[in-house]
Amino acid sequence: LAATVGILDIDLCGPSIPRMLSVGRPDVHQCDLGWVPVYTDAEKSLALMSIGFLLDDPDDAVVWRGPKKTALIGQFVSDVAWGELDVLLVDTPPGTSDEHLAVLENLKKHKVDGAILVTTPQAVSTGDVRREITFCKKTGLRILGIVENMSGFACPHCSECTNIFSKGGGEDLAKLTGSVFLGSVPLDPLLSASIEEGKDFIQSFPHSPTFSAITSISHTLLNSLQAA
Amino acid sequence: IPLMGVTHKALQERQRQQMARGLPKQKPITGVKQVIVVASGKGGVGKSTTAVNLALGLTAVNPSKSVGVLDADVHGPSIPKLMNLKGNPELTDNNLMIPLTNYGIPCMSMGFLVDDAAPIVWRGLMVMSAIEKLLRQVNWGSLDYLVVDMPPGTGDVQLSISQNIPVAGAVIVSTPQDIALLDARRGAEMFKKVNVPVLGLVQNMSVFQCPNCHHQTHIFGSDGARRLAETLGVHFLGDIPLHLNIREMSDRGQPVVVSSPDSPEAEAYKKVAAAVVRRLEEVST
Repeated sequence: LAATVGILDIDLCGPSIPRMLSVGRPDVHQCDLGWVPVYTDAEKSLALMSIGFLLDDPDDAVVWRGPKKTALIGQFVSDVAWGELDVLLVDTPPGTSDEHLAVLENLKKHKVDGAILVTTPQAVSTGDVRREITFCKKTGLRILGIVENMSGFACPHCSECTNIFSKGGGEDLAKLTGSVFLGSVPLDPLLSASIEEGKDFIQSFPHSPTFSAITSISHTLLNSLQAA
Repeated sequence: IPLMGVTHKALQERQRQQMARGLPKQKPITGVKQVIVVASGKGGVGKSTTAVNLALGLTAVNPSKSVGVLDADVHGPSIPKLMNLKGNPELTDNNLMIPLTNYGIPCMSMGFLVDDAAPIVWRGLMVMSAIEKLLRQVNWGSLDYLVVDMPPGTGDVQLSISQNIPVAGAVIVSTPQDIALLDARRGAEMFKKVNVPVLGLVQNMSVFQCPNCHHQTHIFGSDGARRLAETLGVHFLGDIPLHLNIREMSDRGQPVVVSSPDSPEAEAYKKVAAAVVRRLEEVST
């Protein structure tokens, strides 16, 4: 799928996107239209913006109260020269606070197609995500679907599957709240390792069950977006 | 301010003094001897599970000590589920909320005050006000330790708590993954900025042993937290393995330290509790 995608990382206290896509410590430049996003490759197929790029040391702690966070998020939405994008993905921190309110308020003038909610199967996670679902319904944000992450672990040695974080919790939550269930992604040490090393998992392990799971979720999501 | 001839250290000291000026005075919570915060930086690393089992571990290691748990994660309160507690707290004659108790541990959480499915869509200012109530308007009685389950991040809640009450120490929980460690490092840095002693790092989800063939897999990487502790000059409090039992018991609201007290998982938590007690003595002298 040759789509141009942007990722906006609004987890200001814990920006993980720059590290996961191993873009190093690039400077962010200004152009006439605003901040130029950081691209992961020469083809400019993936554009990123994160507070990690704006700090002197990307590993510095960002100890900010709400109003400061709200102001920066406003700038991230309005003052980044994204160019032509097919999809803009916004990575949010846990919870339902300043960051979430700020991004929704600032995106109001643009079209927000919806939210994807990620949960792990166990009760403490689904309990939190249940609140997120109510938040989306109350703010009129369409729920594109729920993803159940870290769903089951297959031992690489004997293939026995252990449901370390339980299984089915995300699917049950989708049923309970009348939301679309996009699919489950298993616990995969190859995926964690790829992210640690900044490798492209999709390119490195195209035959893994995790890859099939992610591909299936992407297809369901894109169909749902096109149908709307 | 002329920058020429001023050392980096002098600038840092000046910044520290400026930050300390005009802040609310720290006032201890009546009846609570020592406050231990359990934080992480990153979400989903097991703070709440660790906080609960740490609290129970503290009583297991020294049964004469009284321990309470405060759930400061206003947006995603997990303590009610983990401690199998439900219901609205009653009030004393002077309008203090009475904590709900299970396994001998009095607890207070936003989860007791709102509906299960209700989102708490509050900006920083309202969150601060709620935290103030959870700190000051609870009838804790006399506690040796109050374990505070912090929310993820390094924002309003962390600042409010460290500015309002004296905190004896912070336990930082991380998984071995780099991205969790980066956030743990930010968490440790934040505590240094607000003068809260870092008791140490706990490496959660350290390793998984297949129940069938006993093969060990480091699902989230290996030993990263231990190495980070060395790099930061922070103590390493212990490893907690990934074990099906921990999550199964958590889902049932029966923390593993009480439901399977002789298991290796429970032992791991008790070891961390013992290390926390030792570190508290070290930092208070």
